[in-house]
Amino acid sequence: MRAISKLMIRFLRILLQRPLTFIGMILTVLFVLMALLGPNVAPYPFDDFVRDTAGKVIKRVPPSAEFLFGTDKLGRDIYSRVLWGARDIIGLAGLATALSVTFGTMIGLALGYRGGWVDEVVSRLFDSLLSIPAMVLALAALATLGASPGAIVAVIVLLYTPIVARVIRSAALGLRSAGYVEIARLRGESTAYILFREILPGVLPALAVEAALRFSYAIFLTASLGFLGLGVQPPSPDWGRMVYEARLDYARAPWGLWFPAGSIALLVISVNLTADGLRRVFRYEGSVI
Amino acid sequence: MTAVLEARELSVQYKIGRDWLTVLNNISLTLHADEIHGLVGESGSGKTTLGLSLMRYLDANARIAGGQILLDGDDLAPRTPAQMRPIWGSKLAYVPQNPLAALNPSYTVGEQIAEIPRQHMGMNRPDAARRAVEMLRRVKIADPEVVATRYPHQLSGGMRQRVAIAMALVTEPRLLVLDEPTTALDVTTQAVILDLFRELIHDNQAAALYVSHDLATIAQLCERVTVLYAGEVVESALVRDLYKRPLHPYTIGLLASRPSAHTAFVGNETRLPVIPGVAPSLSERSSACTFAPRCPLAIEVCRTHKPPLESADDGRTVRCHRWKEVAAGTVNPLTPQPSLPQGGEGEDVNAEKFPTLADDSQKPLVSEKPPSPLATEIGVGSSQKSPSPLVGEGQGERAVLHATALSKNFREGGLFARLTRRARAVHAVDAVSLHVNRKSTLGLVGESGSGKTTLARLIVGLESADSGDIALMGVDIPQPLDSRPASALAQLRLVIQNPNEALNPYQTVGYGIGRAVQKAMPNLAAYEIRDRVLWLLDSVRLPATLIDRLPSELSGGEKQRVSIARAFAAQPALILLDEPTSSLDVSVQAVILNLLKDLRAERGASYLLISHDLDVVAYLAEWMIVMYLGQMVEEGTSAHVTGFPSHPYTEALVSAVPSADPAARRGSIRLEGEVPSARDLPTGCRFHTRCPRYLGDICKTHEPPLRDAGDGHKIRCHIPIEELLHLQTSPLNPLSIGRGDLSHPKLDSPSLRERGLGGEV
Repeated sequence: MRAISKLMIRFLRILLQRPLTFIGMILTVLFVLMALLGPNVAPYPFDDFVRDTAGKVIKRVPPSAEFLFGTDKLGRDIYSRVLWGARDIIGLAGLATALSVTFGTMIGLALGYRGGWVDEVVSRLFDSLLSIPAMVLALAALATLGASPGAIVAVIVLLYTPIVARVIRSAALGLRSAGYVEIARLRGESTAYILFREILPGVLPALAVEAALRFSYAIFLTASLGFLGLGVQPPSPDWGRMVYEARLDYARAPWGLWFPAGSIALLVISVNLTADGLRRVFRYEGSVI
Repeated sequence: MTAVLEARELSVQYKIGRDWLTVLNNISLTLHADEIHGLVGESGSGKTTLGLSLMRYLDANARIAGGQILLDGDDLAPRTPAQMRPIWGSKLAYVPQNPLAALNPSYTVGEQIAEIPRQHMGMNRPDAARRAVEMLRRVKIADPEVVATRYPHQLSGGMRQRVAIAMALVTEPRLLVLDEPTTALDVTTQAVILDLFRELIHDNQAAALYVSHDLATIAQLCERVTVLYAGEVVESALVRDLYKRPLHPYTIGLLASRPSAHTAFVGNETRLPVIPGVAPSLSERSSACTFAPRCPLAIEVCRTHKPPLESADDGRTVRCHRWKEVAAGTVNPLTPQPSLPQGGEGEDVNAEKFPTLADDSQKPLVSEKPPSPLATEIGVGSSQKSPSPLVGEGQGERAVLHATALSKNFREGGLFARLTRRARAVHAVDAVSLHVNRKSTLGLVGESGSGKTTLARLIVGLESADSGDIALMGVDIPQPLDSRPASALAQLRLVIQNPNEALNPYQTVGYGIGRAVQKAMPNLAAYEIRDRVLWLLDSVRLPATLIDRLPSELSGGEKQRVSIARAFAAQPALILLDEPTSSLDVSVQAVILNLLKDLRAERGASYLLISHDLDVVAYLAEWMIVMYLGQMVEEGTSAHVTGFPSHPYTEALVSAVPSADPAARRGSIRLEGEVPSARDLPTGCRFHTRCPRYLGDICKTHEPPLRDAGDGHKIRCHIPIEELLHLQTSPLNPLSIGRGDLSHPKLDSPSLRERGLGGEV
């Protein structure tokens, strides 16, 4: 326990030294907070039409003090919709990432440590899966399964688990012949112990970077699927969907496009900055974090 | 003597974080033509930095803070890299430690050498190519035209280093800086390369700086030597003066802590003198004498005033307040050795703290003659009864480990090659048998390709032997690690060479040792485990505060001690030590070797010690096996194997080991050629391609028998035993210098006596 806290403190200190990383992390945290608390802060429900004092729906209002992001072509407050939508996109992408990282790590550790013909077969299987373009695979899968949130998560997990597994496998491969691993084997430690107590900590740097990267890709994939109409169905404030709808109306209410698109972009960028910062920290620190 | 390069009051600083820290402080050094100047220091002393600084080859985070570097009179210190570029490679050359890293893997060696004359001497391609081949010939590479077309990875270590030397010398530079160039090489290859250095430097009339931590190599090669400690010159002298009469306490301590300085043959209870403490880090260096915190002779002035570099007689310099007293012999930093009564084999020695340089700095010690560096004080010999409790043939009950006819071949090539039977076999280990008795130590000596590492892995279970058996404590155990019972695993533990790899960087010291304890004794409560961990840390003389440290916070020596503590956690009967001190400094090595002796006496454990370093093995082991290309070529007591190396390979090995006493240059038996590849074994005797005592066709066609020379001493050779032993005692044999009263039982045979030979030398 003490080891972990010592390492974490050192790690955080170095991580936060670079300004870009710092900004990226702050923004990511803000977005996550948005996902958690957005609906509580939003002035309007996401599907509510805003009406003026006379009761008439106010459509296409540019950003103002009253409506921070303006209203869209149907008269819905964009600010509220963005806040609500954070939950969907981050929730979906986050869950999908968490699952792919978990499965990918377990598979990658097993393949990297044990190797053998199982490794050969599974690796080739993964390679063939990855040779199909992500979007094509996603479309095909969702057409079959129907466009539900569960299906989206399943598709992302299917796509990203092999990638994570490959990265973890190669990290585990490098650690397999480390002196301390051999000495653990000589003690008679079980494979499970070796994988989780001896090898996994060494693999964590690669894992952390890969998880952050997958998260950013998952967000983008979710948004793209939403754009194509395969995400969460309307009137749900799926950011991708919002971009699609506002695109058609761009001439009359451009702000309807700016804010959802900007949110997607900003989120992806901040996660990427975090991932980049992690990558640099691990590279400089060498063997310990 | 023309001075080629002179450093005057050179100071170099590194930028660490935001501060500039002084790495080298007021270094003054002169390098003359046709002279090899040795630079000795341990890690952290700044020797590599000095070598690079003299060439003005430093990173951006380093700067020259003062002084001059005069190359033939021109000051290099203020020059920019652009101004230095014409000088690098043409007037200054560098031979690095690891030639594989220094050579470009994408170009043939011929191209790489040829690039230099094209760049610096304006040669055209064909001329440069010819010159490259010529250089390869000068460094004694056979078939230089063919080798010039090879890539670095296709060459052996010795050849790569020769290529690096060729590259350095092609422009006939004025100064050659050699940074530990033979550390990565086998001892026999090193011997040849050192001879080559001397010859080429003389031919070129160049000056050379040989940077090393190995005192013995410097003693053999250099004329002058400078000792560096914590970034300062502490002593500088001619080699013969320094080794015969060192003046600085650090130098004295360093010379005394080598295992070769103390014979193994005086019973087995001697301990090496040790310099207490650790070298100061960059930020901890004192502005007074940097060595004072560890110096047994330190007095008040040492802690307040920095000693100046004073000139002693005949061109020596020394930086110590008390050097005159040391020179006069009125003080001596070494304590007398507590040698314990003989015959106490394996008894629980009252293992008090091993002797260190005296704590009491005010009282000068009684002067004591330092032990002779040669093995002349012999305990073995006719006076001692033959070491039967330690050696015993077929005494299965006493054997902790008994390995019979272990063989291992590796198959090269992937799935396809294996299916079509095209895979070539690498013959790593060939029917090797050995046994280790209780409370004794077996040493395994061999160079690269000998199979000793594979043999260790076979015994420990990381590899499975193709044939042969292993019995632990008299019980046969299966080979694959997974099939061994837990009780067997607890009896056999491993300490590996690289202390950085031995400990999991994410686990604290306490956890690492605690886990080993837990696995061995699963029924202990948490507080009992912690108690045991503390006890183990104490037994390796580490403070209890280290229990919560991560390995990255420990030094190399401390990590190795933790590794040893962990090995003892399960109270094993046998500990396998694979080059335990090879990556450590000399002074740290002394600590570890003492520790191993103490623990052996305290715990009654046996050791199987593997090393390429004959001196270390001779120091710890009573019994030695010498391996060559997967076979055991000689087996016997340490005294016999190092004193009477009978097998021609052992003979060459012993003669190749550099001795730190320049007066006792060991005989120069040099092996030609390279170690044959294990894929392509020579027919008949595996050593016949390089054997200096090659008999004739019989060596090529028939495998030599394993002959018994009595008392378990075995030699694998076609030459009859009597003749081999006779050769060892012949006054013409350069190795028989200083053998003293050492005798061999076989030499006492009546047949030899009749011929007027044999008996005691």
